Amino acid sequence: METVTANKAWEWTAEDDKLERVEFTAEMKKDYTILLPTMLPRHLKMIASLLNVYGYKAKMLENDGQEVIDTGLKYTHNDICYPALLVIGQFITALQSGEYDLEKTALLFTQTGGGCRASNYISLVRKALKKAGYGYIPVISLNFVGLEKNSGFKLSLSMIRRMMYAVLYGDIMMYTINQTKPYEIEKGSSEKLADEWTEKLVERLGNKKSLSYGEIKRTYRDIIKSFAELPMNKVKKERVGIVGEIYVKFSPLANRNLENYLIEEGAEPVMAGLTDFAMFYLYGRVIEYDMYRIHKKSVHIMRPAFKILCKKQKDIIEAFREVSDFIPPTEFTHVAKLGREYINYGVKMGEGWLLVAEMAEHIDSGIKSIVCTQPFGCLPNHIVGKGAMKAVKEKNPEVSIISVDYDASASEINQKNRIKLLLANAASDM
Amino acid sequence: MNVGVDVGSTTVKIVITEGDKLLYQKYERHYSQVRHKTLAFIRECEEILRGCDLRVAISGSAGLGLADAAGLLFVQEVYATFALVKEKEPGTDVVIELGGEDAKIIFLKGGVDERMNGTCAGGTGAFIDQMATLLDVTPDELDALSLEHKKVYPIASRCGVFAKTDIQPLINQGVSKSDIAASIYYAVVNQTIAGLAQGRKIEGKVMFLGGPLFYNKGLKEAFTDMLKLQEGNAVFPAYALYSVALGASLYANKQEKTTDYDTLCRAIEATLDGQKNVVCMPALFANEAEKKEFDGRHAKETVIYGDVDSYEGKAYLGIDCGSTTTKLALISDKKELLWSFYDSNKGNPVDVVKAQLMEISRICGDRIKIAGSAVTGYGEELIRNAFHIDKGLVETMAHFMAAKHFCPEVDFILDIGGQDIKCIQIKDNAVDSIMLNEACSSGCGSFIETFAKSLGYQTAEFAKLALGGDAPVDLGSRCTVFMNSSIKQAQKDGVSVENISAGIAVSVIKNAIYKVIRANSPEELGEHIVVQGGTFLNDAVLRSFEKEIGHDVIRPNIAGIMGAFGAAIYALNAGLSESTTLLGEALASFTHTSKAVVCQGCTNHCSLTVNTFSDGGKYISGNRCEKMKNGGKKSAGESLNMYEFKRNRLESMKEFPDRKITVGIPLQLGVYDLAPLWYGIFTTLGMNVKFSGFSSRELYIKGQDSIPSDTVCYPAKLMHGHIHRLIEEKVDAIFLPCLTYNVEEGGGDNHYNCAVVAYYPELLRGNMEELKEITYLAPFLNINDEKELARELEMYLPKEWGNFTRRELLKAIRAGFDLYDKTRKETQEEAARIIKKAREQGKKIMVLAGRPYHIDPEIGHGIDLLAESLGFAVVSEDGISHLTSMPRVAVLNQWTFHSRMYAAAKYVTSQPDMELVQLVSFGCGIDAITTDEMRSILAKKGKLYTQIKIDEINNLSAVNIRLRSLVGALEMRKEE
Repeated sequence: METVTANKAWEWTAEDDKLERVEFTAEMKKDYTILLPTMLPRHLKMIASLLNVYGYKAKMLENDGQEVIDTGLKYTHNDICYPALLVIGQFITALQSGEYDLEKTALLFTQTGGGCRASNYISLVRKALKKAGYGYIPVISLNFVGLEKNSGFKLSLSMIRRMMYAVLYGDIMMYTINQTKPYEIEKGSSEKLADEWTEKLVERLGNKKSLSYGEIKRTYRDIIKSFAELPMNKVKKERVGIVGEIYVKFSPLANRNLENYLIEEGAEPVMAGLTDFAMFYLYGRVIEYDMYRIHKKSVHIMRPAFKILCKKQKDIIEAFREVSDFIPPTEFTHVAKLGREYINYGVKMGEGWLLVAEMAEHIDSGIKSIVCTQPFGCLPNHIVGKGAMKAVKEKNPEVSIISVDYDASASEINQKNRIKLLLANAASDM
Repeated sequence: MNVGVDVGSTTVKIVITEGDKLLYQKYERHYSQVRHKTLAFIRECEEILRGCDLRVAISGSAGLGLADAAGLLFVQEVYATFALVKEKEPGTDVVIELGGEDAKIIFLKGGVDERMNGTCAGGTGAFIDQMATLLDVTPDELDALSLEHKKVYPIASRCGVFAKTDIQPLINQGVSKSDIAASIYYAVVNQTIAGLAQGRKIEGKVMFLGGPLFYNKGLKEAFTDMLKLQEGNAVFPAYALYSVALGASLYANKQEKTTDYDTLCRAIEATLDGQKNVVCMPALFANEAEKKEFDGRHAKETVIYGDVDSYEGKAYLGIDCGSTTTKLALISDKKELLWSFYDSNKGNPVDVVKAQLMEISRICGDRIKIAGSAVTGYGEELIRNAFHIDKGLVETMAHFMAAKHFCPEVDFILDIGGQDIKCIQIKDNAVDSIMLNEACSSGCGSFIETFAKSLGYQTAEFAKLALGGDAPVDLGSRCTVFMNSSIKQAQKDGVSVENISAGIAVSVIKNAIYKVIRANSPEELGEHIVVQGGTFLNDAVLRSFEKEIGHDVIRPNIAGIMGAFGAAIYALNAGLSESTTLLGEALASFTHTSKAVVCQGCTNHCSLTVNTFSDGGKYISGNRCEKMKNGGKKSAGESLNMYEFKRNRLESMKEFPDRKITVGIPLQLGVYDLAPLWYGIFTTLGMNVKFSGFSSRELYIKGQDSIPSDTVCYPAKLMHGHIHRLIEEKVDAIFLPCLTYNVEEGGGDNHYNCAVVAYYPELLRGNMEELKEITYLAPFLNINDEKELARELEMYLPKEWGNFTRRELLKAIRAGFDLYDKTRKETQEEAARIIKKAREQGKKIMVLAGRPYHIDPEIGHGIDLLAESLGFAVVSEDGISHLTSMPRVAVLNQWTFHSRMYAAAKYVTSQPDMELVQLVSFGCGIDAITTDEMRSILAKKGKLYTQIKIDEINNLSAVNIRLRSLVGALEMRKEE
């Protein structure tokens, strides 16, 4: 019998298990610029700004265009989802632009820790950086589950609180702009107003002065009121709901500016804000505790945190009702209840049951046309996007839902043609 | 008077109507000249149109840009069709419309529903055209051929690229053209059903519209047959071709404003050189000097020729029977090229080779003696058997030999042929790694050819045009189906043929670099790069490659015949003195017939082609194992195949038919791993468990009409068929739990299932009508806590099944886990046994690493058997993953099944006689992450990494090349 012995050189050593993650150290905190990707431009601009208060220097990237896509293609596995490709493309083009002192630059990206591949985007960013020769640049994981730690970057309660308000402000502007832009008399007036507000809020959130609850609630009303005062021509327009994978749903870079396209085609885009996603995430842990008796410790943090967000959302809804005729966001707990009819709460990966619940909520609010967006090959959306449409349509035969895949290679004409079909049907029903 | 124009992806159709009267209709291919053609059509109708008040509407995917630019009314084509059918045939239940690019379906009854194909499944009509070109017939001839078919072969229907991957080998195996033609149509039907039905039944009165369904009788037959439509319920109206145009003219009534002939012409004229909104890239050559340098440099890369008319002595013949072309090279004993041949194999490579061997016999006479011959390529076995060629070798090795001849210090070879892209990396004179494209990037080379032909150009002429493109259009890099869609868009925007041709060249190169090679810098490729393959004869492709990597490369002037040249060198090096090659008179009387049969040897049911040659020789192709060749018996010796063992193990779980309740469990996805657990629980509780058994093609077809997402993986798609089977088996309930978390095995960051494995049961509930008629249990469970699981089962199990106490449930759960653990242990022991036996017999060991469900014969397509027939002992990842600790990986290690693969890969690095081959299902998003990690684990210790992407594609030719390349590389390494 021939005996096979392992070659010494093949022995797996500690060296092979070494992973060189570049930590963001306390030292770096002093003079590094932290770059954030674009997803929801207004939200992230405010978040970048508020980081200043805690001693960081942060900036949201604004580069886009074909170069970003091409660079992304170059440095990622081409079967990876489009959002990863875009984020990586955006980071690397920024680093290559010469605009930043590469010895003093760090990147920041979110990580949810869910079962979807998105949890791995951060690893992919690092791999891509290494390939592009930027392996020394630290990448900070912004996560709330203790996935990766950096001595120079710590989330404090006060910081999380400020972030929460940035998201709420951002959401308010998203709701108002979508309800004014299709009807504005002076073209561009709603965008202009939103830009002014963003500038003001970036300034305010970046200021150390403490934020009082009273001031915040006042600001909500000021924003909403100023939009409500815009001169508008309220003709009847088809309201089109947008649901989908979070990045593609929100990022104009990924969805070829879907909101604007719908507005140009004479429709009003309707979508739920980022707050809902955050609530879905917190509530998800509570659900899993209830279903499987896991997360026994963290549930004691998640449940109250969820309740806080519920309260904050109510504040917004109240503000909308008080000072405007705008359709306010729907309470998350109600959205969740509507979704329950179609899908089990246990479906949690990606946007999970929330995506289906948002479809149900749109329908509940009288919407007849829904666009479901996702990156080409999105795993969770097989289940909660395309997989859930039949059940939703069965109960609501008058509703049209189309699914649009976004990808670096997907032809725009095919996407538009499908959206056109949706709008043509809507128009004939009106 | 109304004018309806349908500007489709390949043709323009126009109708002129007045009230119900059709005054005029015409259609023609537009060859990308969308706007010019439309204008020409309108001008032709001047007599009818002049002086009338016109209502005009434009429709069709290519009409969108035109209508916008010209300020004309646009109507979406599905909407137009819908309007027309409602008006003309109100009794219709379903409309199916196939165009050049898109497939659409409209359900009119019970909730109107209109659907168009997903991005991945585009190009129906274009696909049929391309397949006709591949078979070297016109589309009409293809149709006529299909009507005479005797057998339909299973062809992957996910998309055109996948289908082609199945068709190509059928051609090379000698399957009759009429059978292939019919199989192509059936693939189109399956694609339409699987992609568009999405759970709604296509029944009642079905109307078929669009060009392909108007012209192709075979396609009509295939639809009627597959949908089991009764006489009279399949409607093929005379206006099928013009339905969209007619719908548009109907829709034109919606506008009050009318126009007149001159205004209409002016509006369209104004768009002729309109704004383009396509993304363009810099020209291939910035200036004349660059072009000159390029031409000068490559002109030097030429082979040494010998004069075939005066040469005397020994010569060696190499044949490369490729996917689309056949190449032959004859060399002298000093490796001078005496004679060569390169042409399309015209769908019948045997005839092509025969004719050329006749020619060689004539040229050689008594003066030149063929001392040895070798053949490579897809048709290797067929040609070798037909003409008694001395040697056969795998393509990658042939290419390596040829490249080495040109550049002895070569360290990187890129070969782009008609179907495949191959990269070979050389280190220390041995093959370091081989990368082959997977199905998605296949067919790039032949795409250029078929596309050129569709525009009426010769391939070479079309390639030349590219060099003059001033702004090549960006066509993306996903696959040829996506490229084709992008081309359509470019055409609509009026991009010139020159820039499209250049754009295609760049796309093909980007595909090779970013999807196959996956390199980021030229340094990764090496210093001495040789490019070859027929596609590189295209200067635009060559230039794009040099530009993209920023490095000069060598392209031998015989790039197209390098495989044959390499085979000839191989024959020369083999030291043969007498060749058995069929030549001269023996050849003149050679004839060949082929017959299709289905092997009944095992559950794989391979579609075999039996080729019979006039000298009594036979060659059987399409088989996975050696059974057929050995008279129905498996090859001698004991089977060392863990996949077989695991399948037997699953089948051995016996049923208890006399028990009152039978729980049906679909044997698919995660159940492949957890079957013993559920079996143990339910049988302990006193029920019978019936698994749905292994998948098959028939099972897939049965469930395909309820698949909601066409891009999901094949294993998930098969689930639908399994449900059907269980319902047919009349089980009392179907149990299929949703498991966000898989079993925790330790060592990883988490232990998730992927979203599809975890939640597919939930999807089935919403999409399969059949499940409403049966007790369907798809509870969300936690299988990592027995007490908790008992609590959950107590809640979810129907009370009629018994009032189980918590204690009884806990006992059953323990029994389930005992059985699960026992099965895992037996699997590990079997792995140890196989490894030991293999070592005793001196066999190489292949770790075929995948997901548990990859052992399913319909998913793995018998790759394990193929590996066995190539001399490997086959071990699965879960047989060895426990032998080592978990390696640290650069990504979140959070999926149980994938963690097993990481550990298995690490273990393989410590075993010199083990090789790892990773099976990846198409559409598996998670594997986009794991494959790179697996490669890097293996690379740490210099192990070769081989990846096989599997899907519906049934034909193993491409897999065969991968596995044989691996064998070839291992042998070369050993020699070194």
